[in-house]
Amino acid sequence: MFGKLSLSAIPYDNPITMGAVGGAVLLGLAILGLITYYRKWTYLYKEWLTSLDHKKIGIMYVILALVMLLRGFADAILMRSQQAVAAGGSLGFLTPDHFDQIFSAHGSIMIVFMAMPFLVGLMNIVVPQQIGARDVAFPFMNSLSLWLTTAAALLVMVSLGYGEFSKAGWSGYAPLTEQQYSPGVGVDYWIWAFQIAGIGSTMTGINFLVTILKMRAPGMKPMRLPLFVWTTFFTMLLVIWAFPVLTVDLALLTLDRYLGMHFFTNTLGGNMMMYVNLFWTWGHPEVYIVILPAFGIFSEIVATFSGKRLFGYTSMVYATSVITILSFSVWLHHFFTMGASPNVNIFFGIATMLIAVPTGVKIFNWLFTMYRGRIKFTTPMYWTLAFIVTFAVGGSAGVMMSIPPADYVLHNSLFLIAHFHNVLIPGSLFGFFAGFYYWFPKAIGFRLNEDWGKRAFWCWLIGFYLAFIPLYVLGFMGMPRRMAHYANPAWHPYLLIAAFGAAVILLGIVFQGIQLLVSIKERRALSDPTGDPWDGRTLEWMTSSPPAVYNFPKIPIVEEVDAFMDIKEKGVAYRQPDQYNDIEMPRNSPHGFIIGALAFVFGFAMIWHVWWLAILAAVGMLFTVIMRSMDDDIYYIIPAAEVQRIENERYRQLGAIA
Amino acid sequence: MMTTDASSIDIAYNEEIEHPDTIAIQTFGFWIYLMSDLILFATLFATFAVLGGAYAGGPTGKELFDLPYLLVETLLLLFSSVSYGLVILAVHDSKKKNVLIGLAVTFLLGLGFVSMEINEFHGMIAEGHGPDISAFLSSFFTLVGTHGTHVTFGLIWMAVVIWQVAVKGLTSPVQSRLIRLSMFWHFLDIIWIGIFSIVYLMGVV
Repeated sequence: MFGKLSLSAIPYDNPITMGAVGGAVLLGLAILGLITYYRKWTYLYKEWLTSLDHKKIGIMYVILALVMLLRGFADAILMRSQQAVAAGGSLGFLTPDHFDQIFSAHGSIMIVFMAMPFLVGLMNIVVPQQIGARDVAFPFMNSLSLWLTTAAALLVMVSLGYGEFSKAGWSGYAPLTEQQYSPGVGVDYWIWAFQIAGIGSTMTGINFLVTILKMRAPGMKPMRLPLFVWTTFFTMLLVIWAFPVLTVDLALLTLDRYLGMHFFTNTLGGNMMMYVNLFWTWGHPEVYIVILPAFGIFSEIVATFSGKRLFGYTSMVYATSVITILSFSVWLHHFFTMGASPNVNIFFGIATMLIAVPTGVKIFNWLFTMYRGRIKFTTPMYWTLAFIVTFAVGGSAGVMMSIPPADYVLHNSLFLIAHFHNVLIPGSLFGFFAGFYYWFPKAIGFRLNEDWGKRAFWCWLIGFYLAFIPLYVLGFMGMPRRMAHYANPAWHPYLLIAAFGAAVILLGIVFQGIQLLVSIKERRALSDPTGDPWDGRTLEWMTSSPPAVYNFPKIPIVEEVDAFMDIKEKGVAYRQPDQYNDIEMPRNSPHGFIIGALAFVFGFAMIWHVWWLAILAAVGMLFTVIMRSMDDDIYYIIPAAEVQRIENERYRQLGAIA
Repeated sequence: MMTTDASSIDIAYNEEIEHPDTIAIQTFGFWIYLMSDLILFATLFATFAVLGGAYAGGPTGKELFDLPYLLVETLLLLFSSVSYGLVILAVHDSKKKNVLIGLAVTFLLGLGFVSMEINEFHGMIAEGHGPDISAFLSSFFTLVGTHGTHVTFGLIWMAVVIWQVAVKGLTSPVQSRLIRLSMFWHFLDIIWIGIFSIVYLMGVV
């Protein structure tokens, strides 16, 4: 009746886990209590949970990403402190069993539940506005993607307090993840969390690809698109091409585990390297999926704060397309040591090195954009500059590892860990932070405090170098990744430095928290009444901050790249039109939220083998989809008079500044 | 020099832009979905290509597949595509009754296909040739079964659309669904041609 469910699955005996669970539960209860106390449940449900507004969905994605960032970072701190103490005779404070769960959770969370929601959130807030649209192509599917991703993230969080998480790393290599070697529920938590989030991501991919192709304002020709839209476009292509492969790979592993099939087993014809190949056929494009949007963000920021058009716009677009294509021809460099023939390894090695070429083009374009520009050193610009320098270092390490003989030495060592953190942290996280600071006033209506922002930045940057440069050295000294304990005392000092670096980053995160609180307190002084706090170049700065639900009362006509700068330079910005038309917008819908909730129940029931509940949840999801399709009254009209009222208020505000 | 002022922006902004063609966008979006589904099937085909010869001492395709039976199964699906084609013609002529008849015929043909496939699977498993016997059988059942599951969802979708045509008539949203289901149905036909050729025909050679 209840499958594998039992009270003994709660890890009572582990004080660290129970402390974290207790903290999370208390925090959750406190938030629920506050919502109840201020009677905000109706507001939350009507304005947020059921919202199909791309801006609100974007904000919810970013909140999810920030929460998961904290969780993933807590894992990082645990790993760094364990390795700082578990040298020689000391075993540290974490058991190997627990340590393995922590590094698996850290990787899974940071890639799939931090980076992905962060970039999808920023895309949601910005892309429709940048192309002069009022919403995405499929607003309901957008809400569905959000709630599937949230349900999947919740599964990872639940694994902390009930059962266990996977001990097989974020990449979940078979046959270690097969039933025979991982009989617990940990791998199942990992499988279902990835599977549900992956399906949400595929839908996001379809949604934004169609949005960019079909919803652009008149005159917004391909070569006039802001670069963030371009990188989003290529990212979405990658999502559509790559995520179905992950879906299949996980499904095959699921069939092995649940129905005793033999895709990746050691026996009866199974082929474990098939798993690894399929995983990285998704996994390598995934790396570009989290990095390309950040390249777009940096491009926007560099142009805006240098007060110039982006240097080499066209080459930037082509470089992005080349990276997109090449990203499917390099997956084998994750396992040169598989033992493919030298010719195969050489092919993938050279393809990998080639990626440095378009990436180099981008770096030079950013530098030349700044050259002779009037640079404003704002927080987003700080992150961008730090990215350019740091990413160049990490990228060079990557070119080193693309040489198969060198990779045989460095494979699975801390050198690899240093390399991919050195590209992913500046390459995507710094980009998302830069975008967060850049577009925060657009989404919320006020800027963030610059002083605390810069303090946080310096902590992050210095902490990053302290935490990861020692890992390069340790890699050369032969230290493998994922060690809960080590006997070699020569490694110890470097791990102490790395742990100190993690503590400095922690300080940076604390400062970011303070920055948020201080900015909320000073929100009047920091407010953005114009909608264009940075003298922006692209169309999102044409709307008010935060934008009206319809974004643009009149759809703009685009005549140039950097459309809004063009309109400003022609002196026709901020002229109120004589009259407005009715605007049609999608009605809110609870179905996305309901399907997300049922997906969570479905995943949980599958993990714990409660078959009747899983069937019930699956039927419920199908039924909800059918109910949604029965409803043809999915739009509502904002009358012209109401648009007029909202816009009059905006122009009154604009007039007050002038 | 020609200047662009605010009023020219107003004029260029017309009703057509304000209401993008919903059916066209939905159809295009669904096409993109089909392409991602194609990659899903491509991955399953690739898996079958790698593991299709891993019999591990179990039965081979030659011993298991009954081609005349499969020919009937294939013809059911192919004729269901023809009848769905006639449905779309009837939609263009706004002949609701013909649409319903065509959909009913398509549904029955599709149901026949799925029933025959379930019967085939059931027979194999009953004889001890289930998907847990070898990697070949795992990849066979998964590839063919994934297609069968798609057809089953297509049937559920068709039942819903039949109900909508009967109750709501050929409204614009219903037409949009009919067109997308048509794409889905023909797509599954094409996938089946691949399965029939690569899995079954090449399996008995």
